Amino acid sequence: MSAEILVLVEHRDGAVLDTTHELLGRARTLAAASGGEAVAVLLGSGAAGLAAGLGAARAIVVDDPGLESFSPSAYQAALVPLVRERQPVIVLISNSGPGMDVAAGLSAALDLPLAAYATDVTMDAQGPLVSSQLYAGKIEAKVRFSGGRGIVTVIAGSFSGDSTAAGGSPAVEVVGAAATDERIRFVGLIRPAAGDVDITRESVLVSVGRGIGEQDNLELVEALAAALGGAVSSSRPIADLGWLPRTRQVGKSGLKVKPKAYLALGISGAPEHLEGMRGAELIIAVNSDPRAPIFSVAHYGAVADLLDVVPALTARLGG
Amino acid sequence: MEYVVLLKQVPDLAEDLAIDGDGTGIDREWLSFVASEWDEYALEEALHLRDATGGSVTCLALGVESGDVSELLATCLARGADRVGKVGSFEHGPDSHAAAAAFAEALRGIPHDLVLTGVQAIDDLDGQVGPLVATRLDLPHVSVVTHIAVADGGGAVTVHQEYAGGVVGEFEVMLPAVLGVQTSREAPRYAPVSRVRQLMKTATIEALDGGGGGGGGGSGSGLVIESMAVPTVGRAAEMITGNPAAIADRIAAILAERGIGSGAAR
Repeated sequence: MSAEILVLVEHRDGAVLDTTHELLGRARTLAAASGGEAVAVLLGSGAAGLAAGLGAARAIVVDDPGLESFSPSAYQAALVPLVRERQPVIVLISNSGPGMDVAAGLSAALDLPLAAYATDVTMDAQGPLVSSQLYAGKIEAKVRFSGGRGIVTVIAGSFSGDSTAAGGSPAVEVVGAAATDERIRFVGLIRPAAGDVDITRESVLVSVGRGIGEQDNLELVEALAAALGGAVSSSRPIADLGWLPRTRQVGKSGLKVKPKAYLALGISGAPEHLEGMRGAELIIAVNSDPRAPIFSVAHYGAVADLLDVVPALTARLGG
Repeated sequence: MEYVVLLKQVPDLAEDLAIDGDGTGIDREWLSFVASEWDEYALEEALHLRDATGGSVTCLALGVESGDVSELLATCLARGADRVGKVGSFEHGPDSHAAAAAFAEALRGIPHDLVLTGVQAIDDLDGQVGPLVATRLDLPHVSVVTHIAVADGGGAVTVHQEYAGGVVGEFEVMLPAVLGVQTSREAPRYAPVSRVRQLMKTATIEALDGGGGGGGGGSGSGLVIESMAVPTVGRAAEMITGNPAAIADRIAAILAERGIGSGAAR
């Protein structure tokens, strides 16, 4: 075992994602605690230039034309021998689509334990300790690795991301891919059509989830948003149902928002949603389930049916 | 095209979860179980794809005693699956590594061009079953899939993997392959309860060997659960009580204090 903390760098469109900076920040803290090194692993084609901005002691750049864009099979083929050889104590990977592919693939290929949905990773005398969210955030588990080392997939926003001021550029080492696998070919990125409203720029968001019940009830929420001078946004199920455009969706697969006020109405608060809105200045949640996880991030909460509260609130605001 | 869907049951979150006496698991005594939501999306996609390309849909579920696997599989048949099978024998729902080992073992004996399963489950602490199964069988896999189309005369599929902000990556994946489905093109179809009940009496549910992994509580994940806890909900929120009118009054006041909505409608 080495004392290295490996971080898989996620990049798209020539830029390193925020989540990678969050992981690097924690990797440096863990490395300081364990006497090891934070090591960034960047896979790409001619992408070594991105390594200079990474807050790590060392960056390993795996350079291969087959790694031009993310491909689950190509990434796994390149990473398996690298992780096997370096024997890091922890591999930190973001809980994204690519992260899920790579982390579980590495776990099975290397027989290395994986702790998923992590919100915290620390190191003590017994080794790494991971806190993970389970059952849509209703249970928190603390886990260790039986062999003292393993892989962790981390929910975005769990660590602060101000890691670029990490004191100097990493030592960069460029290597070729030890193996390739072209069974999955990247075709291209598809971007959504511009939305009618940019929810990331709104100062007030009235956000609805499954608790809205029926599509017709959206009128009530739109009236409230109008009275507040804000816009309507939603959690994933409402966008999946096609009741609101995808561009209004807040969360892991939607947009990250930081409005002055965020009203979460009938939103239980799955980790994927909290990821996108926990940075709001004021969060007020209304939900009929007193144990909804949304109440653990809200500043104010009320256990009630949104269909009763919303019309009353709109009336108070003169809407 | 031979489609195989991997399904499992998870605790119904409509009920409160409690921690067991050891403090390392959830209390199973009063739990009820439902199909994992994402697995249902995987089945719905498989049925659409089969209807477009021909072939068959085989549904495999873990043989877990504490749930009602027969009902789950009868529901799959009622929705339109061609064949169903129960994999291995487990006292309780196994972790993802043990589940993947059992599914992989069963898949070795079943023709499969495209294996579909839910991208995740609410209890997969040790990782997602899809990529674990795929790696065991040396198949390519894509997670968080929101669109699937058969391409290359049945030799490949074109899929979309979802990223933040509504951006998707498009990939062409050589078959056979495993996909972790995030959502289906249509909501999972309804299966009449009477039909499910009838099928539970009459349908053939094949029992498939899950290899050596079906022995009960043993874990192949290498994770050691030190503790589980129900997070203290509401520790952050100041709770507003009263009837809806009183709640609305208080929220309006909180917003007004910050200059929001105080007659400032745009």
